[in-house]
Amino acid sequence: MDIPMSFYLLVSFVMFFAGVFGFITRKNMIAMLMSLELILNSVNINFVVFNRFLFPEQMEGMFFTLFIIGVAAAETAVAIAIIINVFRSVNNISADDIQKMKY
Amino acid sequence: MNDLVQLMRPEMLLLAQVVFLLLFDLFAPDRARRHTDAVACALFLASIAVGFLPSTTGEAFGGMFTVTAMTQVVKNVLSIGLLLVFLQSRVWLSDERTSFKKAEFYILTLSTLLGMNLMISAGHFLLFYLGLELASLPLTTLVAYNKYSDESIEAGAKFVLIAAFSSGMMLFGISLFYGAAGADGLYFDVLSSRLAATPLQLLALVFFLSGVAFKISLVPFHLWTADVYQGAPTSVTAFLSVVSKGAAVFALMFLSFRLFAPLFEYWQYVVWALVVLTITIGNLFAMRQDNMKRFLAFSSISQAGYILLGMIAGTPLAMSSVVYYLLVYLVSNLGIFAVVSILENNSGKVHISDYRGLYRTNPYLSVVLMLFLFSLGGIPPFAGFFSKFFVFMAAADQGFYVLDFIALINTVISLYYYLLVVKAMFIADSENPIPTLHTDSWSRLCLTLCLVGTLFFGVFSGIYAFLSSGAWGL
Repeated sequence: MDIPMSFYLLVSFVMFFAGVFGFITRKNMIAMLMSLELILNSVNINFVVFNRFLFPEQMEGMFFTLFIIGVAAAETAVAIAIIINVFRSVNNISADDIQKMKY
Repeated sequence: MNDLVQLMRPEMLLLAQVVFLLLFDLFAPDRARRHTDAVACALFLASIAVGFLPSTTGEAFGGMFTVTAMTQVVKNVLSIGLLLVFLQSRVWLSDERTSFKKAEFYILTLSTLLGMNLMISAGHFLLFYLGLELASLPLTTLVAYNKYSDESIEAGAKFVLIAAFSSGMMLFGISLFYGAAGADGLYFDVLSSRLAATPLQLLALVFFLSGVAFKISLVPFHLWTADVYQGAPTSVTAFLSVVSKGAAVFALMFLSFRLFAPLFEYWQYVVWALVVLTITIGNLFAMRQDNMKRFLAFSSISQAGYILLGMIAGTPLAMSSVVYYLLVYLVSNLGIFAVVSILENNSGKVHISDYRGLYRTNPYLSVVLMLFLFSLGGIPPFAGFFSKFFVFMAAADQGFYVLDFIALINTVISLYYYLLVVKAMFIADSENPIPTLHTDSWSRLCLTLCLVGTLFFGVFSGIYAFLSSGAWGL
């Protein structure tokens, strides 16, 4: 049974926009990070699917995905470190509580 | 192999410095570690000097890494900017709250510069992405460098989330390019020959450009800029607003000239709107700021608009005028930041209202600051006038008269708020002005270099001729 490529792309587009929506609406910074992961993983799905269906003779998309996974881990580590620091200073990780600077 | 060393000379030198400083900080005795800043600056100065030696051009790693005459020039410009940041950050780093981790500042900024160099030389989207991340991840830690200051933490949190979000947008665009372009389509040269403005490619262009626009803080994507610039330590703000923004602009410039050439007419529409929005909104918000760092944030947003105005034409003239604009912007803006950080380090004051009566107590500092502000505003004898002139000329050359007119009106608006600072220093009186300060020799050297730059880059036409010799168009 063959699943056409557009079905995979549907999943990745829904994931991407769910991530964007979540990033904008969530107040908890850990939830915002999770939304970012959704965005990055939708990109990964895109790369893998394009590679598998369109250009199966080369591994370019797969390699790109591996690099994205690695960099995303580093990014998350830095973000979590900063969020922990935020927690130490205001005892909360809600985006509503970091609003000393505005306008 | 020899070729590779020649081509990647700046990157390899930067990597060697990062590793050396890391080991130096770990193993050197305390007596030697007190001179970390002298060691770091001396090494970096040496590597800049090597950067000016003649070098080869060409490609490495099968076209992933490309070097042209212009990329070399641009890398040197960014390195000089970083050196000026080093000079002005010394007082802040010697403070007892930061002095134990000052080597980290040098390591992180140098690795950021390494990432920027990779991004500028990239010939493949993978290297571009890795360079971009290497340039933005250490920066987030630098923004949150003052671990116990609430504002620095807040700025760090905002910056890390926005940086990750914008690279996510950009990556989504890249993945669509990959699907649209075919095998090997991630190489810029291959992709460029296959771009034909299909709907998928235009969608990819939109996502990609909005990701990059976050990094340059163009207007609909600028909301993080003011908060991050205000919260970050002043030297880091200087680095962010000049070197980091400059690198992103250069990368976008090379991309738009090399890669997006077939989509140029679509690209121009987008950039037209971005320029108008960026210049106008940056200017309007700058007028109502009192915090000097926030003020400079909005001023740098509107300056980014002028840079983009130069880019819209897509001719060799446009490329050289953009590089020239950034060079001039670099010296004037870093000069302003040097004065701001001298005042902040010695008296803790960063508000424009605190600058009242500054001329009476610190005449030299206020005159120097005035000259830099005039240069940013574009008043004739200074370099800022000539850089604005070339940018306007490049756009007018391709018939963007309306755009030039809008930008011209905005130049007048920007003069108003630059002069607000001058007025506070020279005309307004204050009960308790900032007391007379002693300026340390490193900051003085930085100010002198910036001043020489603002005074002579405009008058001395050899620089512009040199820049335009390496430029290429569409």
